[in-house]
Amino acid sequence: MEKKVQTADLSAVDQLIEIVSKFTSRISMILPDDVTAKLRELAAEETNPMAKMIYETMERNQQVAAELKRPSCQDTGLIQMFCHVGAHFPYIDELSSALQEAVARSTREAPLRHNTVETFNEKNTGTNTGTKSPWIYWDLVPNSDELKLDVYMAGGGCSLPGQGKTLMPGEGYEGVAKFVLDVMTSYGLNACPPLLVGIGIGTSIDSAAYMSKLALMRPIGSNNENPLAAQFEKDVQAAIDSIGLGPQGLAGKRSVMGVHVENSARHPSVISVAVNVGCWSHRRGTILIKPDLSYELLTSKGATL
Amino acid sequence: MKKVLQTPVSAEDLKDIKIGDVIFLSGHIVTCRDVAHRRLIEYGRELPVDLHGGAIFHAGPIVRKIEGTDDKYEMISVGPTTSMRMEKFEYDFIQQTGVKVIVGKGGMGPKTEAGCKEFGAIHCVFPAGNAVIAAVTVQEIESQHWMDLGMPETLWVCRIEEFGPLIVSIDAEGNNLFENNKVIFNERKEEALAELNQKVRFIK
Ligand code: SF4
Repeated sequence: MEKKVQTADLSAVDQLIEIVSKFTSRISMILPDDVTAKLRELAAEETNPMAKMIYETMERNQQVAAELKRPSCQDTGLIQMFCHVGAHFPYIDELSSALQEAVARSTREAPLRHNTVETFNEKNTGTNTGTKSPWIYWDLVPNSDELKLDVYMAGGGCSLPGQGKTLMPGEGYEGVAKFVLDVMTSYGLNACPPLLVGIGIGTSIDSAAYMSKLALMRPIGSNNENPLAAQFEKDVQAAIDSIGLGPQGLAGKRSVMGVHVENSARHPSVISVAVNVGCWSHRRGTILIKPDLSYELLTSKGATL
Repeated sequence: MKKVLQTPVSAEDLKDIKIGDVIFLSGHIVTCRDVAHRRLIEYGRELPVDLHGGAIFHAGPIVRKIEGTDDKYEMISVGPTTSMRMEKFEYDFIQQTGVKVIVGKGGMGPKTEAGCKEFGAIHCVFPAGNAVIAAVTVQEIESQHWMDLGMPETLWVCRIEEFGPLIVSIDAEGNNLFENNKVIFNERKEEALAELNQKVRFIK
């Protein structure tokens, strides 16, 4: 009896692996709807001829990548995932190893670049899996039997600007603003603008860093729930745009695809800020997987794997 | 009109090229990044390819072995990596190799400027993230060297046809597009911050 159950589970787990693997490969080749739409909008607004030419190149690249089924940027990143798993999702026990296997499979099939180097041993594993890699954030969702999964390719260039700082409250949100803008004109320039800017604001540096990455999972154009924070997002976006970094940091009308803030309550004595950026080739996707392993691609309407 | 440079490139070819120009490149380009620079400059190892009049690409590609062959590879996806990481080596690199065209991502600094000016070379930016456009201009990977460095760091010798668009960021006179832009960006940033400071006074 028991054996039978196990065999059935195994083939279902393999199906789960296949779905996540195919989804990961797709992300490397086709940008999500919100990013595509935003890039077109920015391209249409652009007046600088060089910037226009770069936007056209991007559009063409994405077309050819989809046609030839190839990773659209050669840096397919280190894979990071946000796993919002229902407490009653039937494959919760196998999920962690299934996600690892899915990344290894996608690496062979897409193919993805080998980007996972064991620290200290300094050896590339060649599979894009390794110690705590893919990097996974877990979020247990009560009263749910579904899995909502964000898959993100953290490229080298767009991970480089990531930084955080714990400020004294005396420095205020003015200090936060300066910190963010300084990153934009230094490291941000080389991170393939137009950027999606994720800002985390909270107590300690770890919480701020986590939220700054979580902010990059939000759909472009979404706002923070707190109206004050939403206004802050708009104001910071206008400020960064006014610098006119343009695509590739070669100057243009705007600088960013969006500014997203995630925040938590803070200890009165500190205010931590962290910044993470997504590049123009912001390869993140969200998939909803049901208990019967049917799925929906939330970031690519109507698409199947 | 499309401006196409052909390797081998001479100093004469670079004379009329200015920062901000958009050019294309035909002939050969060799992927060459961190460790290859280090081996030549710090360890004094001779490069396994002749770069006189040639072009290098700061890039780490995805290649795939062509089935049924022993050592033939095809270019799947290739794009530039941050050039600034090579800045500390580039003056000596230009001097020692005679390379004429350096392609990468983002700007480079004073050492590369000096190298470009003294030895007649240019640095160009390929708009990063457009890796398939770059890959399809690679007609053939003719050879590969130092494969012990792994896929991204191997020197892949590529025959290319109208590879680009390449935006000239440092010209043979040592002018630097990114440095010029940076001055403007920093000025605008200060103005933006002054305005922003009025709007973010949440702690009162
Ligand atoms: S920053 Fe993004 S688009 Fe640019 S090279 Fe890296 S992964 Fe590709």
